[in-house]
Amino acid sequence: MNRRKLLQLLSKGAAAGAFVKLSGGLAQGGEKFSEKAFEPMRFLGAELREYGERSEFEKGVVRYISPNLRTRHSGANFTPLDKLDGVITPSSLHFERHHAGVPTIDPAEHRLVIHGMVERPLIFTMADIKRLPSVTRTLFIECAGNGQNGYRNPPDMTLTATRSRGLVSNSSWTGVPLAILLKEAGIKEGARWLIPEGADAAAYTRSLPLEKALEDVLVAYAQNGEALRPEQGYPLRLIVPGWEGSIMVKWLRRIQVTDMPVMSKDETSEYTDTMANGKIHAFTWIMEPQSIITYPSGLQQITRGFHEIRGLAWSGHGRIVRVEVSLDGGRTWRRASLEPSPDPLSVVRFKLGWVWDGRETVIMSRAWDEKGNTQPTQEEFFARWARNNRYHYNAIQAWRIQADGKVVNGDRTLSASLAPHRLGAVGLGGCGGES
Amino acid sequence: MKRLGLVLLALGVLAGVLAQPGGGGRYQIGTPLTEQEVQRWNIRPSILPDGRGLPPGQGTVDEGEQVYNAQCLGCHGANGQGGVFNRLVGEPFPVTKDVDPVDFVIGNYWQYPTTLFDYIRRAMPFQAPGTLKDDEVYALVAYLLYQNGVIDGSEPMNAQTLPKVQMPARAILELDPTTQKRFPWLRLP
Repeated sequence: MNRRKLLQLLSKGAAAGAFVKLSGGLAQGGEKFSEKAFEPMRFLGAELREYGERSEFEKGVVRYISPNLRTRHSGANFTPLDKLDGVITPSSLHFERHHAGVPTIDPAEHRLVIHGMVERPLIFTMADIKRLPSVTRTLFIECAGNGQNGYRNPPDMTLTATRSRGLVSNSSWTGVPLAILLKEAGIKEGARWLIPEGADAAAYTRSLPLEKALEDVLVAYAQNGEALRPEQGYPLRLIVPGWEGSIMVKWLRRIQVTDMPVMSKDETSEYTDTMANGKIHAFTWIMEPQSIITYPSGLQQITRGFHEIRGLAWSGHGRIVRVEVSLDGGRTWRRASLEPSPDPLSVVRFKLGWVWDGRETVIMSRAWDEKGNTQPTQEEFFARWARNNRYHYNAIQAWRIQADGKVVNGDRTLSASLAPHRLGAVGLGGCGGES
Repeated sequence: MKRLGLVLLALGVLAGVLAQPGGGGRYQIGTPLTEQEVQRWNIRPSILPDGRGLPPGQGTVDEGEQVYNAQCLGCHGANGQGGVFNRLVGEPFPVTKDVDPVDFVIGNYWQYPTTLFDYIRRAMPFQAPGTLKDDEVYALVAYLLYQNGVIDGSEPMNAQTLPKVQMPARAILELDPTTQKRFPWLRLP
């Protein structure tokens, strides 16, 4: 809704009543409210601190860790999207995905080796890497398993925005372009691929085309202005803009330059997509457009009156140019406003003013990127991907606003022809974060 | 005015020269390594699909069964049927869209035999990766391929035999069309 429409509504008095109710509701709903709140503090506050911490009243804003995990040394947790504002994910709340625990690495001892089809095999210290020209970009990282809870059928009625799409985070990353390091080593004729390796216990590897590496890949050492968090690859990781998170090798220790991809376990038995035509697709790297309404969203509670519908959108193909919101279960769509984006491959925040009249309805969002890609419905998605696929789910997420103001998953139950033969199509793939 | 322009131009060229990194357009940062030194950092080398990187040594199905029962059974269950962690053994034909992902196993889903050696040596056992000897890894690969019905077990697995094994699921593996459009030169091994 635009400002003029809102003002019109206000002048009609329809929404004015709702506003009165809203402010009353805040006072009532705002937990404890006593005379103390009317005056400033009468005693000294906390002292200066060397490293800041958030308010003790915000301790409930944490990453979601599924109770069903077999181990916490391999798996994923979710960024609490439904409890955050803006587009930058606080480093402490960046989603985690690792395969053998988070290693503890002393940066003074850490090295990066580049070898294989190069003129000069080289070893870099952290100091070497930080001396080289730096680039800072705001970029999303999304796990290919994001959205995996959308494969559940019938839909999970306890789904939250966090569990629907919280395997995405957005940060300011600083590092050296990988192209510079490769130029230092000198690429030999015939080289096409890089095999980056992590220093974690699983010595995680993937294959990355040299062509992409020369375009925009970063070897990053900083996240949101400070050193990477250990769970994000401290002291050194790859950032591969717009591509699935699993290719952005963390704790980067070695890059082998080759003429062939390695076909590692995590690009063959995992992170491959089963398709409706019976094939398995390999190297599904570029992340398709996504959007998620974070307010109002699953398990939240709203009252009648004005609400700013808020959400996040992103695409690995390029800048988000349009987000539409439906307030009537997908019959009609309105264009949401987009906050200015710092980078084409950053998450963007979308917003739409709304006065809820108290009647049950279903709200949903869909995003378009600058290349014209958009999000499918569930039915459109499963026309391409198989029901037993585990990755790259980007179908439209719906939220049902019940008459009592409670918000629940608004996705429809799939038709029998699309229902899985056995429940648990959300498999043990590992990166969906739940099982 | 013209002279000023020339002076500015000259200054610009000079600045450009000064801004150039060291010889050969490089920054000359990073320390060169000999191939012998590189190998000290290449402790768990990648195994390419054509077999490059495979070490000497070999292992049989029977040897692999012993290693499996000692090292793997606790997590992956008797005969690779699955336990706390993933099932490894199933049928030697590719998955269909009706197979539950918990039943995606080596025989019906893994597309390259070399991935087995690469991954087991690199990342297994989960609690103690990098501790298996090359012969033990070959033996485990032989045992798991045999259990899945992919090989008949008549010859040991080694650097010559392993890359020749045909994995059933390779028949249904295709390159993602979006990726193919982006990188027309790209072919799956």
